[in-house]
Amino acid sequence: MRHLLSIDDLSKAEIEAILDRAESFAEVGRRDIKKVPTLRGRTVVTLFYESSTRTSSSFELAAKRLSADLVSVKAAGSSVDKGESLKDTVATLSAYEPAAIVIRHPHAGAAQLVAGWADAAVVNAGDGKHEHPSQALLDVYTLRRRLGSLEGKRIWIVGDVLHSRVARSNLIAFQAMGAEVTVCGPPALIPRGLEQLGCEVSHSLDRLGEADVVYALRLQRERMQESFVPSIREYAAHFQIDSRRLGPRQLLMHPGPVNRGIELSGEVIDSPQSLIAEQVRSGLVVRMAILYELLAAGDAEPTPAAGNGARATPIGQPA
Amino acid sequence: MSQMQLEMRAGESADLVLRGATVLDPIAGIEAQHDVVIRDGRVAELAPPGGGSAGDVETIDATGLHALPAFFDPHVHLRTPGQEHKEDIETGSRSAAAGGYCGVLAMANTEPPVSTPADVEALREDARTAASVRIGFLATVTRGMEGEELTEMASLRDAGAAGFSDDGLPIRSARLLRRALQYQRLCGGTIALHEEDPELSGAGVMHEGPVSAALGLEGIPSISESTTIARDAAIAGYEGGRIHVQHLSAVESVEAVGAAKAAGVQITCEASPHHLCLTDEEVRSLDPHRFKMNPPLRSEADRQALIEGLRDGTIDCVATDHAPHAPEEKEVPFEQAAMGVTGLETAFAALHTELVLPGVLDLGLLVERMSAGAEPFDVERPSLIPGSEANIALCDLSAEWTVGEDGYESRSANSWCAGRKLTGRVLMTVAGGQVAYRLRSFSLGVAA
Repeated sequence: MRHLLSIDDLSKAEIEAILDRAESFAEVGRRDIKKVPTLRGRTVVTLFYESSTRTSSSFELAAKRLSADLVSVKAAGSSVDKGESLKDTVATLSAYEPAAIVIRHPHAGAAQLVAGWADAAVVNAGDGKHEHPSQALLDVYTLRRRLGSLEGKRIWIVGDVLHSRVARSNLIAFQAMGAEVTVCGPPALIPRGLEQLGCEVSHSLDRLGEADVVYALRLQRERMQESFVPSIREYAAHFQIDSRRLGPRQLLMHPGPVNRGIELSGEVIDSPQSLIAEQVRSGLVVRMAILYELLAAGDAEPTPAAGNGARATPIGQPA
Repeated sequence: MSQMQLEMRAGESADLVLRGATVLDPIAGIEAQHDVVIRDGRVAELAPPGGGSAGDVETIDATGLHALPAFFDPHVHLRTPGQEHKEDIETGSRSAAAGGYCGVLAMANTEPPVSTPADVEALREDARTAASVRIGFLATVTRGMEGEELTEMASLRDAGAAGFSDDGLPIRSARLLRRALQYQRLCGGTIALHEEDPELSGAGVMHEGPVSAALGLEGIPSISESTTIARDAAIAGYEGGRIHVQHLSAVESVEAVGAAKAAGVQITCEASPHHLCLTDEEVRSLDPHRFKMNPPLRSEADRQALIEGLRDGTIDCVATDHAPHAPEEKEVPFEQAAMGVTGLETAFAALHTELVLPGVLDLGLLVERMSAGAEPFDVERPSLIPGSEANIALCDLSAEWTVGEDGYESRSANSWCAGRKLTGRVLMTVAGGQVAYRLRSFSLGVAA
C-alpha cells in the first residue's frame, strides 16, 4: 500500500490486514507504556484545511504512539491564509522529507493531487464530500469486534447522504466486507444515481427493523436554508433514530459530532446499543495501523498486499 | 453574405500546387483526385493528376493526402483583452490554423467584456496585424455581461460585431432576451446562447448522475440546459428572432432543439468534439485539466444523442469551445479548477479517430459539419470550387500522433486530448488565400 486515498483501492484482504494490525495495537494500548519505536526518526505531517477534532487528534496521537516526529499544520493561521496554493504548501512541507502526509481538505481529489506532487505516503483524512477511508476502516473494525464478521449483515445508513464523505466510503467498505447496505434519507439528500453503487435506496424508516446496524449521519442545520428539507422538525419527525425506532438488538453508529435531538435522540446515544464511544477508541488504533501499513509493513514483513494499493495518476498527465 | 466583419493579417497570397490530392468537398459534390492549383490566393483549377501546371511555384506531392475545405469554428475564446497570459489573437489564431481552421468567432467574455463599439474596433484592428486566420468578434448581449441592460447592438453591428453572445453565462431574464430579439430585427446579428439555468446548476461541477454520486461532487442536471433551450426557443419563435444554441450536451437538449426546428423556429446549434467523444466516466480521474468544462461531459446516452443529432442535422455544426486556461487555474482540486478545455488543434483529428474510423460517422459528413458553423453567422463557407478564395486543410488521414508531444500552438496546455493517440493530422492550412500553417515536420516538395 503506497497511499490511502480511497477505500475503493483496497481489497477485502487488504482491509483485513489493516484491521488485524489494529488489533495488535489495541494490545499495545493496554500496556503501561503505550508507545512503540516503529517510526522513530521519521516525520509525519498532518495538514488540515477543515476543522476536525476526532480525525486530527487521533492521527496525531497515532503518529506519536509510533514514535514519529509530528508536524501539525492547520490552514487557519498558516500561509494558506495568505493565499498559498495547495501545490506550494505541499512543496514547502516536502522540504522536511516527511514519510507521510495526512490531509483533510474541503475539496474532492485533494489527497490524490498531493500524492502526485509529494514523495511521501499520503493519507486521505477526508476530501470534500468524496471519501473518508480511515473512518470507514475504523467503523468496519468496530463492527468486526462486535459482530465477528460483516458477512450478510444488513446495514442502514440514514440521513444526509448527499453531503457525506463518510456515507460514500462506508458504503464501499461495508459492501466489500460482505454486508448489504441500504441508504435512507429525504430524496433531496440522496444523490441521484447512488443505487448504481450497489446499495438499496429508501426514503422511509418503515423497514428499519430489518437492519442489524443503523449508521446515522449528521444533518447540518444550514441544509434547511438550502431547502433540502423544509425544517429540522420535519426532518426529525421522519428520520430521527429514537428509542421507538431502534430495536433492542440493533447496533447504532454515528461518525460524530452528533446533533442531539436531530438525527439521534439523546436516549439512543447513551444506550448500550450505541457504539459511538467505541468508534472513537477504534480511531486511534486503526490510524496507527494505517500509518504502520504505509510506512513500516514493507520493511519488516512484506505482505502480498504491499505495493498493490492505491496508485495515484498524477493529474494533468495521461493515465 | 460577406466576410466584411472578419479580419486577418494581410500577407502574401498563396501560389502553389497540391499535386495528386484527394479533394473532398461534400457541399460542392467533389470527391476525386486532382492537382489543386492555387494562384494568387484562389483555387484556380482542379486539374487531372499530373496535369496542373502553375509555372515556377511551390509544388507539394499530395498523393495520399486529403484536401478539404478548411474548417470554421463559431465558438472560441481568445482571452483578449485582459487574459493574454492564457491566449491572444496571435497564439489563438495559430492554434486554429494548426487545426485546419480558416476562420473562428471569438466570444466576448473577456476582461472587460466586449460591450462597446470601441472594443470591437480595437479587436478587429489587432486581428488585422496578428491573426493568421479570419476572426470575427462577437459582442455581448448585455452591458458588461451583467444581464441587466442591452448593449448598443446596432452601433456594435456598425463597428463590425459578427453577432452577439453572453457566452459563459446564460441570459437569465426572459424579458431581456425578448428585447434583444426584438432589437435584432433592426440590426441583425445572430444571438448565440449559453443555455443554463443557474438555479438548477447551483454550484455543480460535473454531470449529475451515478458518477457524481460516487465522487461526491455536486452535479449539473441535464435539465438545467434543456429547460432553458425550450424557453429561449419559444421566445425566438414568438419574436421571429434568430438564435444559435451553443455547446449542446444532453439528450433532452437535442430533443428541445429538434422540436423547435420542427416548429419552424430560426434556431441552429453546435456540439463540441469533447462532448461527442467523452463521457462523465472520465471525471473519475478527477483531472480538471482534461475533463472539467461547462457544460459538463455527460452520459453515454447523451453522447449517442449528440452523434445522432450531428448525423441527422438537428445539430448543425461542430464547435470547439476552445477555452485556454493557465496551469495554476487547473493544478487545484477538481471543484476549484477553472471550467474549459482547449480543442482547436485536435478537433478534426479527434473526431476522425473516434467517430469516422470506427464507422460511426461518414468522413464527408464530418467535413461538412466542421465548416457549417459559418452559416448561422452569415459567413461564407469555404469551398474548393475553382474561383473560390483558397481555404484548404491538407490532411494526412493515416498519420498517427500523440497530442501534446510536441507542445501546442496555443499558449495553454489544457487540451482534453492531452496524451491521446490520434489518427489523422492537418499538415498544412491555407486560410483567406494565405498559407497559415505548416506542420514543422512536414517536408515540402520542390518547385516544379
